[in-house]
Amino acid sequence: MAKFKGAIVVDTEKCKGCDLCVVACPTTVLALSTEANSKGYNFSHMANSEDCVGCSACANVCPDACITVYRVKL
Amino acid sequence: MNVADIINPANLVYKKNTVMNEVPMHYCPGCSHGVVHKIIGEIIEEMGVQEKTIAIAPVGCAVFAYKYLDVDWQQAAHGRAPALATAIKRLLPDRLVFTYQGDGDLAAIGTAETIHACNRGENIAIIFINNGIYGMTGGQMAPTTLAGMKTSTTPNGRDVPLAGNPLNITDLLAKLDGVCYVTRQAVHTVAGVKKAKRAIQHAFENSMQNKGTSIVEVVSTCNAGWKMTPADANDWMVENMFPVFPMGDLKNE
Repeated sequence: MAKFKGAIVVDTEKCKGCDLCVVACPTTVLALSTEANSKGYNFSHMANSEDCVGCSACANVCPDACITVYRVKL
Repeated sequence: MNVADIINPANLVYKKNTVMNEVPMHYCPGCSHGVVHKIIGEIIEEMGVQEKTIAIAPVGCAVFAYKYLDVDWQQAAHGRAPALATAIKRLLPDRLVFTYQGDGDLAAIGTAETIHACNRGENIAIIFINNGIYGMTGGQMAPTTLAGMKTSTTPNGRDVPLAGNPLNITDLLAKLDGVCYVTRQAVHTVAGVKKAKRAIQHAFENSMQNKGTSIVEVVSTCNAGWKMTPADANDWMVENMFPVFPMGDLKNE
């Protein structure tokens, strides 16, 4: 089976820390940061980047369209 | 392979569509409106109809939709979006014309305009966001509020003998002859987002082909109005809204 490895970039200033991407992530890569953006929201980030497969689930459910997804086939 | 190597334009699989502006949206964290705006932007980009789209903004939280999607917009008086869409589509029949309305706009003050536009079979698409509450004005009871659901004007839950039954307006509209496509979707999961995207795309194609009125109801959350976290609101919606507003196509001609 082909293996994929992914990575995401979060637009931290637009992220509102709603947690929906964290819930949607099938490999529990995402978590809300302890840091906050200029609006005071704890933005989403890759807490466990090793497990990301670039499935785009987080980006699909993100209400603020602030996630960009990259993926490579290993 | 480390993260910096993966983040390369050649490996891009998902990015924000180009129809959406860079303006940050004013919606509460986790609001379904953002997801629906995003999929509308993606569809318009994929269909290549950005220059031919005219959308009608409602009154409600989504009133500022014209700031977020880079297409031509008109702002209608409360509930009158289908009437305005009728005029635009009749004058410019080659355009994609859609309205974007909430349940307070479509199912309360705009009931007459909605029913008559659908009955006439105007060639427009209607995106109906149903969250069972008046979100913008502070979470008051809407016609679509569930029996027993707590809102700021029904603090003990909607009392059916006093306040009536929840209005399932999509079921009503599906019975009209002018309507060609009626479906009910939700955007709480990845599968839901993809299905809703296909449904809205079908509705837009119907408008372009002048087949009649298409209605896509998106059962949504209002986590601020429901006083829950976004994830809890999604679970609550599945448990309580879906039995009253079941998912799926009601009509597809």
